[in-house]
Amino acid sequence: MEKILLWWIGERTPGEGALDHVRRHVEQAFSSPAAIWPGEGRPGEAFDPRRKQWSSTRILSWLVGAAPEGKVLGLTDVDLFIPVLTFVFGEAQVGGRAAVVSTARLAEPGFPDPRIVLERLAKESVHELGHVFGLLHCHSPGCVMGRSASLRDVDRKRGLLCPACRGFVDRSRVEPAGT
Amino acid sequence: MQNDRTRILVVDDEEIVRESLGGWLAKDGYAVSVAADGPSALGRIRADRWSILIVDLKMPGMDGLQVLEEAKRLQPDLAVVIMTAYATVDTAVAAMKAGAYDYLVKPFDPEELSLMMQKIVSQQTLVRENAVLRQALKREYRFRDLLSKSPAMQALFELARTAARSSSTILVLGESGSGKEVLARAIHAESPRAEGPFVAVSCAALTESLLESELFGHERGAFTGAVARRKGKFELAHGGTLFLDEVGDVGPKLQLDLLRVLEERRFHRVGGNETIDVDVRIVAATNRDLRKAAAEGRFREDLFYRLNVIPVVIPPLRQRREDVPLLVESFVERLSVEMKKRLDGVSPEAMHALMAHDWPGNVRELRNVLERGAVVAAGPVIQLADLGLAPRAGAPQAPATLASLEDIERRHVAVVLAHAGGNVSQAARILGIDRVTLYNKMRKYGIRRDGAPGEAPGAPAENHSG
Repeated sequence: MEKILLWWIGERTPGEGALDHVRRHVEQAFSSPAAIWPGEGRPGEAFDPRRKQWSSTRILSWLVGAAPEGKVLGLTDVDLFIPVLTFVFGEAQVGGRAAVVSTARLAEPGFPDPRIVLERLAKESVHELGHVFGLLHCHSPGCVMGRSASLRDVDRKRGLLCPACRGFVDRSRVEPAGT
Repeated sequence: MQNDRTRILVVDDEEIVRESLGGWLAKDGYAVSVAADGPSALGRIRADRWSILIVDLKMPGMDGLQVLEEAKRLQPDLAVVIMTAYATVDTAVAAMKAGAYDYLVKPFDPEELSLMMQKIVSQQTLVRENAVLRQALKREYRFRDLLSKSPAMQALFELARTAARSSSTILVLGESGSGKEVLARAIHAESPRAEGPFVAVSCAALTESLLESELFGHERGAFTGAVARRKGKFELAHGGTLFLDEVGDVGPKLQLDLLRVLEERRFHRVGGNETIDVDVRIVAATNRDLRKAAAEGRFREDLFYRLNVIPVVIPPLRQRREDVPLLVESFVERLSVEMKKRLDGVSPEAMHALMAHDWPGNVRELRNVLERGAVVAAGPVIQLADLGLAPRAGAPQAPATLASLEDIERRHVAVVLAHAGGNVSQAARILGIDRVTLYNKMRKYGIRRDGAPGEAPGAPAENHSG
């Protein structure tokens, strides 16, 4: 089965065991093997000096070109944005290859509890990878594919797919899109 | 997806904005389309129905406010959100004045966008549900063209529905303008005779001899001017329903003739010997107290009992004020279609005045007042002043020129009829003349019930009733 690559593309070194924690969550959610990719490259061109933020859309393009074949999730600590929004927790190509997620907005301002941030990061990682598997936002209470417009939204969700979303992912693996 | 039916159109000249906003909304399950400029956006709005339009304020050529105005004209219930790079009070005020739902200052918070979309969707869902419920309620409150939620009227509808299935004579009692003929037509439409003719005749509008020939027809040469044989209303109504309006005004001779035809279902034309059999269902109506008239000897008691088989009493509008908003809504909707003019309803002040009015001319008067309001109203909402309900000044104005007595009479009759809201009985009382005389004057001067110039009711050539 195709491996999902997790690639740290942030500025600081991630916390001890953080990437492994995310990997376990991803494997459990999708029943797919996941691996941490030790690539050294960073998407420098995605930085927007006017907004002093990083364009998540440009990071996705960079990831598609820089990562080996298969699905890839970039994890970072820089502040991400799309042009119309002040920030995003992450972005993904729906039914594509790449997703990105950031810890920058996952900490409560003034009270950064690394354990809580890590739980949120794991949820948002599964969420963005869910989009890569072709899922849209889900309205089932607690499903990790529920929309993430605020930290409250993130905290309301559990880290797993609801049965309907999980079924969609399983079916898409049997009959890949476009066949 | 839950939001399958929510269709959002994103309009921005910047491709990156269209893509990122469109992508964000699409992940939320909305059906999203994008347009790069105002004219193509309006083309999409003309072609399809949209729930939400998100449009950038500053675009080359047609700006967001112009798109907003035109879009609201094309689809008034469209929720339009304006995006702007700089929040200024002026742009916000201009957008809201032009009918925008809200505005977003770029870049906006994801939660703000998400909540705004959810709020619009739930409001639109409520509006839809409300419309469905109102339609359902209206069906509940309706008996053909009659509309009421008052318990008395609901009971009346029930009685009328049951009575319609029989062939028994129905006597409709109610004040002028309360909808006696509308009820008679509804009974006819609900009856097994619905495919047959509905013929209405106003017994008060004609002299006794004219009414006799009107009802029973006449043979050629029956009287001066009878140049050809003519069928009467009884014959014309064969297989259907004959509506005898203002039956309380029928003179003594005709009362006897009516009694005979009701008993035997056969009659002779005026000046004829041939017996004509008819199968006619009679619905009679009056605003007089027939029982009292019968007791006082002014109306044949036997005819009263023949007519009073199934009495149905329509309560005056002032006794069922709860119906006023329902009727207003229904009339405004109908006037909007008839006049091809956008009418959303009446202002709260206007509704207050309509609820407080005593409606001597009943539902007909209400309709006339609303018609006037609909004509006069400058915008889509009829205002209090448009209704012309304000009490009139007591002293009549001096005529601008010296006029003939006839001219003054014509004008005065028109003014009194308009004041009475088309209630001929009330107008006749005010003028101190009987109704036949008033009808004659209306015909003579060409005045309609509402006082406007036009063909007066009761002309013998056509079916008329009150």
